[in-house]
Amino acid sequence: MSNITEVTDQTFEQTVLKSAKPVLVDYWADWCSPCKQMSPILDELSAEFGDRVSFVKMDTNTNPVVPASQGVMSLPTLQVFVDGQVVKQVTGGKTRNALVKLLDEFVN
Amino acid sequence: MSDDIRDVIIIGSGPAGWTAAVYAARAQLKPLVIEGSTDAGGALMNTTEVENFPGFTDGIMGPELMANMRAQAERFGAEVITDDVTEVDLTGPVKLVTDGEGTVHRAHAVILATGSGYRRLGIPAEDTFSGRGVSWCATCDGFFFKDKEIAVVGGGDSAAEEATFLTRFAKNLTLIHRRDELRASKIMADRVANDPKIDMAWNSEIVDLQGEGSLKSLTLRDTRTGETRQLEVQGLFEAIGHDPRSELFVGQVDLDDAGYVKVAHPSTRTNLTGVFACGDLVDHTYRQAITAAGSGCQAALDAEKFLADLHDAALA
Repeated sequence: MSNITEVTDQTFEQTVLKSAKPVLVDYWADWCSPCKQMSPILDELSAEFGDRVSFVKMDTNTNPVVPASQGVMSLPTLQVFVDGQVVKQVTGGKTRNALVKLLDEFVN
Repeated sequence: MSDDIRDVIIIGSGPAGWTAAVYAARAQLKPLVIEGSTDAGGALMNTTEVENFPGFTDGIMGPELMANMRAQAERFGAEVITDDVTEVDLTGPVKLVTDGEGTVHRAHAVILATGSGYRRLGIPAEDTFSGRGVSWCATCDGFFFKDKEIAVVGGGDSAAEEATFLTRFAKNLTLIHRRDELRASKIMADRVANDPKIDMAWNSEIVDLQGEGSLKSLTLRDTRTGETRQLEVQGLFEAIGHDPRSELFVGQVDLDDAGYVKVAHPSTRTNLTGVFACGDLVDHTYRQAITAAGSGCQAALDAEKFLADLHDAALA
Protein backbone atom coordinates (compact mmCIF):
# COMPACT_ATOMS: atom_id res chain seq x y z
CA MET A 1 0.00 0.00 0.00
CA SER A 2 1.29 3.43 -0.89
CA ASN A 3 1.89 6.20 1.63
CA ILE A 4 3.12 8.72 -0.91
CA THR A 5 1.56 12.17 -0.98
CA GLU A 6 1.65 14.64 -3.86
CA VAL A 7 3.54 17.80 -3.07
CA THR A 8 3.35 21.06 -5.08
CA ASP A 9 5.27 24.33 -5.34
CA GLN A 10 2.76 25.70 -2.81
CA THR A 11 2.90 22.87 -0.26
CA PHE A 12 6.62 22.05 -0.52
CA GLU A 13 7.78 24.27 2.33
CA GLN A 14 5.18 23.04 4.80
CA THR A 15 5.34 19.36 3.82
CA VAL A 16 9.04 18.94 3.17
CA LEU A 17 11.12 21.73 4.69
CA LYS A 18 9.18 21.84 7.96
CA SER A 19 8.77 18.10 8.37
CA ALA A 20 9.86 16.62 11.68
CA LYS A 21 10.75 13.34 9.97
CA PRO A 22 13.21 12.83 7.12
CA VAL A 23 11.48 13.24 3.76
CA LEU A 24 12.18 11.50 0.48
CA VAL A 25 11.11 13.59 -2.52
CA ASP A 26 10.57 11.85 -5.86
CA TYR A 27 10.65 14.27 -8.81
CA TRP A 28 8.84 12.77 -11.79
CA ALA A 29 7.03 13.54 -15.04
CA ASP A 30 4.70 11.53 -17.22
CA TRP A 31 7.30 11.36 -20.03
CA CYS A 32 9.94 9.80 -17.75
CA SER A 33 9.92 6.05 -18.14
CA PRO A 34 12.42 5.15 -15.39
CA CYS A 35 10.21 7.21 -13.05
CA LYS A 36 7.30 4.93 -13.91
CA GLN A 37 9.43 1.87 -13.27
CA MET A 38 10.53 3.13 -9.86
CA SER A 39 7.03 4.12 -8.85
CA PRO A 40 5.85 0.68 -7.62
CA ILE A 41 9.16 0.17 -5.79
CA LEU A 42 8.74 3.49 -3.98
CA ASP A 43 5.14 2.54 -3.14
CA GLU A 44 6.40 -0.62 -1.46
CA LEU A 45 9.21 1.17 0.37
CA SER A 46 6.81 3.85 1.59
CA ALA A 47 4.86 1.12 3.35
CA GLU A 48 8.02 -0.43 4.75
CA PHE A 49 9.74 2.81 5.87
CA GLY A 50 6.68 5.07 6.22
CA ASP A 51 6.83 5.26 10.01
CA ARG A 52 10.36 6.70 9.88
CA VAL A 53 10.50 8.58 6.56
CA SER A 54 7.83 10.66 4.79
CA PHE A 55 7.51 9.89 1.07
CA VAL A 56 6.33 12.62 -1.28
CA LYS A 57 6.37 13.04 -5.05
CA MET A 58 6.37 16.15 -7.21
CA ASP A 59 5.14 16.39 -10.79
CA THR A 60 7.78 18.56 -12.49
CA ASN A 61 5.43 19.34 -15.41
CA THR A 62 3.00 21.27 -13.25
CA ASN A 63 5.45 22.51 -10.59
CA PRO A 64 8.37 24.43 -12.15
CA VAL A 65 9.50 26.46 -9.14
CA VAL A 66 10.83 23.92 -6.66
CA PRO A 67 12.65 21.74 -9.25
CA ALA A 68 14.42 24.84 -10.60
CA SER A 69 15.39 26.09 -7.14
CA GLN A 70 16.60 22.61 -6.15
CA GLY A 71 18.72 22.28 -9.28
CA VAL A 72 16.78 19.32 -10.65
CA MET A 73 17.99 18.88 -14.24
CA SER A 74 17.35 15.24 -14.89
CA LEU A 75 14.66 12.71 -14.12
CA PRO A 76 14.25 10.72 -12.06
CA THR A 77 15.79 12.70 -9.20
CA LEU A 78 15.36 11.72 -5.56
CA GLN A 79 16.23 13.99 -2.66
CA VAL A 80 16.32 13.22 1.05
CA PHE A 81 15.65 16.16 3.39
CA VAL A 82 16.51 16.16 7.09
CA ASP A 83 15.51 19.25 9.10
CA GLY A 84 14.84 21.21 5.91
CA GLN A 85 18.26 20.49 4.38
CA VAL A 86 19.10 18.27 1.42
CA VAL A 87 21.32 15.50 2.75
CA LYS A 88 21.25 13.27 -0.31
CA GLN A 89 20.45 13.69 -3.98
CA VAL A 90 20.56 10.96 -6.60
CA THR A 91 19.56 10.92 -10.24
CA GLY A 92 18.78 8.13 -12.65
CA GLY A 93 16.84 4.90 -12.24
CA LYS A 94 17.70 2.94 -9.11
CA THR A 95 17.10 -0.65 -8.15
CA ARG A 96 15.10 -1.65 -5.08
CA ASN A 97 18.31 -2.68 -3.33
CA ALA A 98 19.97 0.65 -4.06
CA LEU A 99 16.96 2.54 -2.69
CA VAL A 100 16.88 0.47 0.50
CA LYS A 101 20.57 1.19 1.01
CA LEU A 102 19.94 4.90 0.47
CA LEU A 103 17.13 4.96 3.03
CA ASP A 104 19.05 2.89 5.56
CA GLU A 105 21.54 5.74 5.87
CA PHE A 106 18.86 7.97 7.36
CA VAL A 107 16.84 5.61 9.54
CA ASN A 108 17.81 3.37 12.38
CA MET B 1 18.36 -21.77 -6.38
CA SER B 2 15.14 -22.44 -8.26
CA ASP B 3 14.23 -26.14 -8.32
CA ASP B 4 13.36 -26.78 -11.92
CA ILE B 5 15.49 -26.40 -15.01
CA ARG B 6 13.64 -24.28 -17.54
CA ASP B 7 13.84 -24.50 -21.27
CA VAL B 8 14.89 -20.94 -21.90
CA ILE B 9 15.77 -17.71 -20.13
CA ILE B 10 15.79 -14.41 -22.03
CA ILE B 11 17.98 -11.61 -20.65
CA GLY B 12 16.83 -8.18 -21.80
CA SER B 13 13.55 -6.56 -22.73
CA GLY B 14 13.92 -4.40 -25.82
CA PRO B 15 12.35 -5.33 -29.16
CA ALA B 16 14.76 -8.29 -29.48
CA GLY B 17 14.01 -9.72 -26.04
CA TRP B 18 10.24 -9.36 -26.25
CA THR B 19 10.03 -10.75 -29.78
CA ALA B 20 12.09 -13.75 -28.67
CA ALA B 21 9.70 -14.08 -25.72
CA VAL B 22 6.59 -13.99 -27.93
CA TYR B 23 7.97 -16.71 -30.21
CA ALA B 24 9.31 -18.86 -27.37
CA ALA B 25 6.06 -18.55 -25.41
CA ARG B 26 3.94 -19.48 -28.43
CA ALA B 27 6.20 -22.51 -28.86
CA GLN B 28 5.20 -23.57 -25.31
CA LEU B 29 8.73 -23.06 -23.98
CA LYS B 30 7.48 -20.98 -21.00
CA PRO B 31 10.33 -18.49 -21.25
CA LEU B 32 11.51 -16.52 -18.26
CA VAL B 33 12.32 -12.92 -19.21
CA ILE B 34 14.60 -11.02 -16.84
CA GLU B 35 13.71 -7.55 -18.02
CA GLY B 36 16.01 -5.33 -15.94
CA SER B 37 15.08 -3.18 -12.97
CA THR B 38 15.43 0.40 -14.16
CA ASP B 39 16.06 0.20 -17.87
CA ALA B 40 13.44 -2.37 -18.81
CA GLY B 41 12.07 -1.78 -22.29
CA GLY B 42 15.45 -0.77 -23.64
CA ALA B 43 16.48 2.13 -25.82
CA LEU B 44 12.99 2.84 -27.13
CA MET B 45 11.85 3.87 -23.65
CA ASN B 46 13.74 7.13 -24.13
CA THR B 47 12.31 7.93 -27.53
CA THR B 48 9.16 9.74 -28.48
CA GLU B 49 7.39 8.89 -31.70
CA VAL B 50 8.53 5.79 -33.59
CA GLU B 51 7.54 6.45 -37.19
CA ASN B 52 9.18 3.56 -38.99
CA PHE B 53 7.95 0.45 -37.20
CA PRO B 54 5.77 -1.27 -39.82
CA GLY B 55 2.10 -1.61 -39.05
CA PHE B 56 1.63 1.68 -37.21
CA THR B 57 0.45 4.02 -39.94
CA ASP B 58 0.40 7.05 -37.63
CA GLY B 59 3.48 6.10 -35.63
CA ILE B 60 3.52 4.92 -32.03
CA MET B 61 5.27 6.20 -28.91
CA GLY B 62 8.37 4.14 -28.05
CA PRO B 63 7.27 3.30 -24.47
CA GLU B 64 3.82 2.29 -25.69
CA LEU B 65 5.30 -0.01 -28.33
CA MET B 66 7.39 -1.69 -25.64
CA ALA B 67 4.43 -2.04 -23.27
CA ASN B 68 2.48 -3.70 -26.09
CA MET B 69 5.30 -6.16 -26.84
CA ARG B 70 5.55 -7.05 -23.16
CA ALA B 71 1.80 -7.62 -22.88
CA GLN B 72 1.88 -9.77 -26.01
CA ALA B 73 4.64 -11.97 -24.57
CA GLU B 74 2.79 -12.31 -21.25
CA ARG B 75 -0.43 -13.22 -23.04
CA PHE B 76 1.28 -16.37 -24.33
CA GLY B 77 2.71 -17.30 -20.97
CA ALA B 78 6.10 -15.60 -20.73
CA GLU B 79 7.10 -15.14 -17.09
CA VAL B 80 8.72 -11.79 -16.28
CA ILE B 81 11.11 -10.81 -13.50
CA THR B 82 11.72 -7.07 -13.06
CA ASP B 83 15.30 -7.24 -11.92
CA ASP B 84 18.84 -7.08 -13.27
CA VAL B 85 21.04 -10.04 -13.95
CA THR B 86 24.16 -9.82 -11.82
CA GLU B 87 26.00 -12.99 -12.82
CA VAL B 88 25.85 -15.75 -15.41
CA ASP B 89 27.48 -19.11 -15.89
CA LEU B 90 26.74 -20.08 -19.47
CA THR B 91 29.51 -22.56 -20.14
CA GLY B 92 27.95 -25.81 -18.87
CA PRO B 93 25.00 -27.81 -20.22
CA VAL B 94 22.80 -26.19 -17.54
CA LYS B 95 23.01 -22.40 -17.66
CA LEU B 96 22.93 -20.43 -14.40
CA VAL B 97 21.54 -16.89 -14.32
CA THR B 98 21.60 -14.95 -11.03
CA ASP B 99 19.27 -12.00 -10.48
CA GLY B 100 19.65 -8.98 -8.19
CA GLU B 101 17.87 -10.74 -5.31
CA GLY B 102 20.45 -13.50 -5.50
CA THR B 103 18.08 -16.10 -6.95
CA VAL B 104 19.81 -18.48 -9.35
CA HIS B 105 17.65 -19.48 -12.33
CA ARG B 106 18.58 -22.53 -14.39
CA ALA B 107 17.88 -23.29 -18.04
CA HIS B 108 19.01 -25.41 -20.97
CA ALA B 109 19.12 -22.39 -23.27
CA VAL B 110 19.70 -18.66 -22.81
CA ILE B 111 18.96 -15.82 -25.21
CA LEU B 112 21.10 -12.72 -24.69
CA ALA B 113 19.31 -9.48 -25.64
CA THR B 114 20.86 -6.86 -23.39
CA GLY B 115 21.23 -4.24 -26.14
CA SER B 116 23.57 -1.30 -25.90
CA GLY B 117 24.17 1.59 -23.56
CA TYR B 118 25.19 5.17 -24.32
CA ARG B 119 28.86 5.97 -24.58
CA ARG B 120 30.48 8.49 -22.24
CA LEU B 121 33.17 11.06 -22.99
CA GLY B 122 35.31 9.54 -20.27
CA ILE B 123 36.58 12.74 -18.66
CA PRO B 124 36.67 12.92 -14.85
CA ALA B 125 34.30 15.90 -14.44
CA GLU B 126 31.59 14.03 -16.32
CA ASP B 127 30.49 12.16 -13.20
CA THR B 128 30.38 15.35 -11.16
CA PHE B 129 27.91 16.98 -13.52
CA SER B 130 25.90 13.92 -14.51
CA GLY B 131 22.28 14.90 -13.77
CA ARG B 132 23.53 18.44 -13.03
CA GLY B 133 23.73 19.64 -16.58
CA VAL B 134 25.19 16.62 -18.36
CA SER B 135 22.58 14.34 -19.90
CA TRP B 136 22.30 11.50 -22.38
CA CYS B 137 18.61 11.89 -23.08
CA ALA B 138 17.21 14.99 -24.76
CA THR B 139 13.62 13.81 -24.57
CA CYS B 140 13.99 13.12 -20.83
CA ASP B 141 15.87 16.19 -19.66
CA GLY B 142 15.50 18.85 -22.37
CA PHE B 143 12.53 20.27 -20.49
CA PHE B 144 14.83 21.52 -17.72
CA PHE B 145 16.86 23.71 -20.09
CA LYS B 146 14.26 26.21 -21.25
CA ASP B 147 15.95 29.44 -22.41
CA LYS B 148 19.36 28.07 -21.43
CA GLU B 149 22.57 27.71 -23.40
CA ILE B 150 22.85 24.10 -24.55
CA ALA B 151 25.54 22.08 -26.28
CA VAL B 152 25.19 18.73 -27.99
CA VAL B 153 28.27 16.63 -28.70
CA GLY B 154 28.37 14.09 -31.53
CA GLY B 155 28.18 13.90 -35.28
CA GLY B 156 25.75 11.12 -36.13
CA ASP B 157 22.02 10.94 -36.63
CA SER B 158 21.24 10.86 -32.95
CA ALA B 159 23.33 13.98 -32.28
CA ALA B 160 21.59 15.78 -35.15
CA GLU B 161 18.20 14.61 -33.91
CA GLU B 162 18.88 15.69 -30.33
CA ALA B 163 20.17 19.08 -31.47
CA THR B 164 17.12 19.71 -33.62
CA PHE B 165 14.79 18.57 -30.84
CA LEU B 166 16.51 20.73 -28.22
CA THR B 167 16.21 23.97 -30.20
CA ARG B 168 12.61 24.16 -28.95
CA PHE B 169 13.99 24.72 -25.42
CA ALA B 170 17.41 26.29 -25.99
CA LYS B 171 18.24 29.95 -26.09
CA ASN B 172 21.27 29.01 -28.18
CA LEU B 173 22.50 25.60 -29.18
CA THR B 174 26.02 24.57 -30.16
CA LEU B 175 26.65 21.25 -31.85
CA ILE B 176 30.18 20.09 -31.08
CA HIS B 177 31.85 17.64 -33.43
CA ARG B 178 35.47 16.57 -33.65
CA ARG B 179 35.50 16.46 -37.47
CA ASP B 180 34.67 19.03 -40.12
CA GLU B 181 31.50 17.36 -41.33
CA LEU B 182 28.65 15.36 -39.80
CA ARG B 183 28.35 11.63 -40.13
CA ALA B 184 24.57 11.99 -39.99
CA SER B 185 22.30 11.13 -42.91
CA LYS B 186 21.76 13.88 -45.47
CA ILE B 187 18.25 14.70 -44.35
CA MET B 188 19.35 15.16 -40.72
CA ALA B 189 22.53 17.09 -41.61
CA ASP B 190 20.47 19.45 -43.79
CA ARG B 191 18.04 20.04 -40.94
CA VAL B 192 20.95 21.05 -38.70
CA ALA B 193 22.56 23.25 -41.37
CA ASN B 194 19.30 25.09 -42.01
CA ASP B 195 18.41 25.62 -38.36
CA PRO B 196 19.18 29.25 -37.42
CA LYS B 197 19.34 28.32 -33.73
CA ILE B 198 22.19 25.83 -34.16
CA ASP B 199 25.83 26.95 -34.19
CA MET B 200 28.48 24.46 -35.22
CA ALA B 201 31.73 23.91 -33.32
CA TRP B 202 33.68 21.94 -35.92
CA ASN B 203 36.97 20.13 -35.22
CA SER B 204 36.36 20.43 -31.50
CA GLU B 205 36.55 18.04 -28.62
CA ILE B 206 35.52 18.52 -25.02
CA VAL B 207 38.45 18.24 -22.63
CA ASP B 208 36.96 19.54 -19.39
CA LEU B 209 33.74 20.69 -17.71
CA GLN B 210 33.39 23.45 -15.12
CA GLY B 211 30.69 24.61 -12.75
CA GLU B 212 29.60 24.99 -9.18
CA GLY B 213 26.84 22.60 -8.22
CA SER B 214 25.76 22.55 -11.83
CA LEU B 215 27.42 22.88 -15.21
CA LYS B 216 28.52 26.36 -16.26
CA SER B 217 31.06 25.90 -19.07
CA LEU B 218 33.07 23.53 -21.22
CA THR B 219 36.66 23.62 -22.37
CA LEU B 220 36.92 22.82 -26.07
CA ARG B 221 40.12 21.91 -27.85
CA ASP B 222 40.58 22.49 -31.55
CA THR B 223 41.59 19.10 -32.96
CA ARG B 224 43.86 20.68 -35.63
CA THR B 225 45.60 23.49 -33.75
CA GLY B 226 45.34 22.22 -30.18
CA GLU B 227 44.08 25.63 -29.04
CA THR B 228 41.54 25.62 -26.24
CA ARG B 229 38.59 27.89 -25.59
CA GLN B 230 35.69 28.11 -23.15
CA LEU B 231 32.05 27.71 -24.09
CA GLU B 232 29.44 28.78 -21.56
CA VAL B 233 26.55 26.30 -21.38
CA GLN B 234 24.19 25.07 -18.69
CA GLY B 235 23.34 21.86 -20.49
CA LEU B 236 25.47 19.30 -22.34
CA PHE B 237 23.76 16.46 -24.16
CA GLU B 238 26.02 13.61 -25.20
CA ALA B 239 25.23 11.65 -28.36
CA ILE B 240 28.56 10.09 -29.21
CA GLY B 241 27.36 6.57 -29.82
CA HIS B 242 26.57 3.36 -28.02
CA ASP B 243 28.47 0.38 -26.75
CA PRO B 244 27.07 -3.15 -26.49
CA ARG B 245 26.16 -4.19 -22.96
CA SER B 246 28.21 -7.36 -22.90
CA GLU B 247 30.23 -6.92 -19.65
CA LEU B 248 28.35 -9.79 -17.96
CA PHE B 249 29.42 -12.24 -20.63
CA VAL B 250 33.11 -11.40 -20.88
CA GLY B 251 35.31 -14.50 -20.65
CA GLN B 252 32.44 -16.84 -21.54
CA VAL B 253 30.86 -15.68 -24.78
CA ASP B 254 33.14 -14.66 -27.67
CA LEU B 255 33.06 -10.91 -28.29
CA ASP B 256 34.58 -8.88 -31.11
CA ASP B 257 37.02 -6.01 -30.57
CA ALA B 258 34.21 -3.53 -29.99
CA GLY B 259 32.51 -5.80 -27.44
CA TYR B 260 29.69 -7.08 -29.61
CA VAL B 261 28.72 -10.72 -29.12
CA LYS B 262 29.87 -12.79 -32.08
CA VAL B 263 27.21 -14.98 -33.67
CA ALA B 264 27.41 -17.52 -36.50
CA HIS B 265 25.48 -15.53 -39.12
CA PRO B 266 22.89 -16.06 -40.43
CA SER B 267 22.02 -17.89 -37.20
CA THR B 268 22.06 -16.35 -33.71
CA ARG B 269 24.33 -19.04 -32.22
CA THR B 270 27.23 -17.91 -30.08
CA ASN B 271 30.38 -19.92 -29.40
CA LEU B 272 28.57 -21.59 -26.47
CA THR B 273 26.11 -24.41 -27.09
CA GLY B 274 22.60 -23.36 -26.09
CA VAL B 275 23.45 -19.66 -25.91
CA PHE B 276 21.97 -17.32 -28.53
CA ALA B 277 22.29 -13.57 -28.97
CA CYS B 278 20.24 -10.95 -30.79
CA GLY B 279 19.39 -7.27 -31.11
CA ASP B 280 21.79 -4.35 -30.65
CA LEU B 281 24.07 -6.61 -28.60
CA VAL B 282 25.24 -8.25 -31.87
CA ASP B 283 24.49 -5.50 -34.39
CA HIS B 284 27.11 -2.92 -35.42
CA THR B 285 25.26 -1.82 -38.44
CA TYR B 286 21.48 -1.57 -38.53
CA ARG B 287 20.42 -1.01 -34.93
CA GLN B 288 16.73 -0.51 -35.64
CA ALA B 289 13.72 -1.62 -33.61
CA ILE B 290 12.55 -3.79 -36.50
CA THR B 291 15.95 -5.44 -37.09
CA ALA B 292 16.26 -6.13 -33.36
CA ALA B 293 12.79 -7.66 -33.35
CA GLY B 294 13.68 -9.76 -36.40
CA SER B 295 16.82 -11.15 -34.80
CA GLY B 296 14.89 -11.82 -31.57
CA CYS B 297 12.56 -14.00 -33.59
CA GLN B 298 15.54 -15.83 -35.10
CA ALA B 299 17.03 -16.42 -31.66
CA ALA B 300 13.79 -17.95 -30.37
CA LEU B 301 13.55 -20.24 -33.41
CA ASP B 302 17.22 -21.24 -33.03
CA ALA B 303 16.65 -21.96 -29.33
CA GLU B 304 13.52 -23.95 -30.11
CA LYS B 305 15.39 -26.13 -32.61
CA PHE B 306 18.25 -26.61 -30.16
CA LEU B 307 15.85 -27.70 -27.40
CA ALA B 308 14.02 -30.10 -29.73
CA ASP B 309 17.34 -31.73 -30.69
CA LEU B 310 18.32 -31.91 -27.03
CA HIS B 311 15.01 -33.60 -26.23
CA ASP B 312 15.43 -36.09 -29.10
CA ALA B 313 18.96 -36.90 -27.98
CA ALA B 314 17.71 -37.58 -24.46
CA LEU B 315 15.12 -40.05 -25.81
CA ALA B 316 17.52 -41.79 -28.17
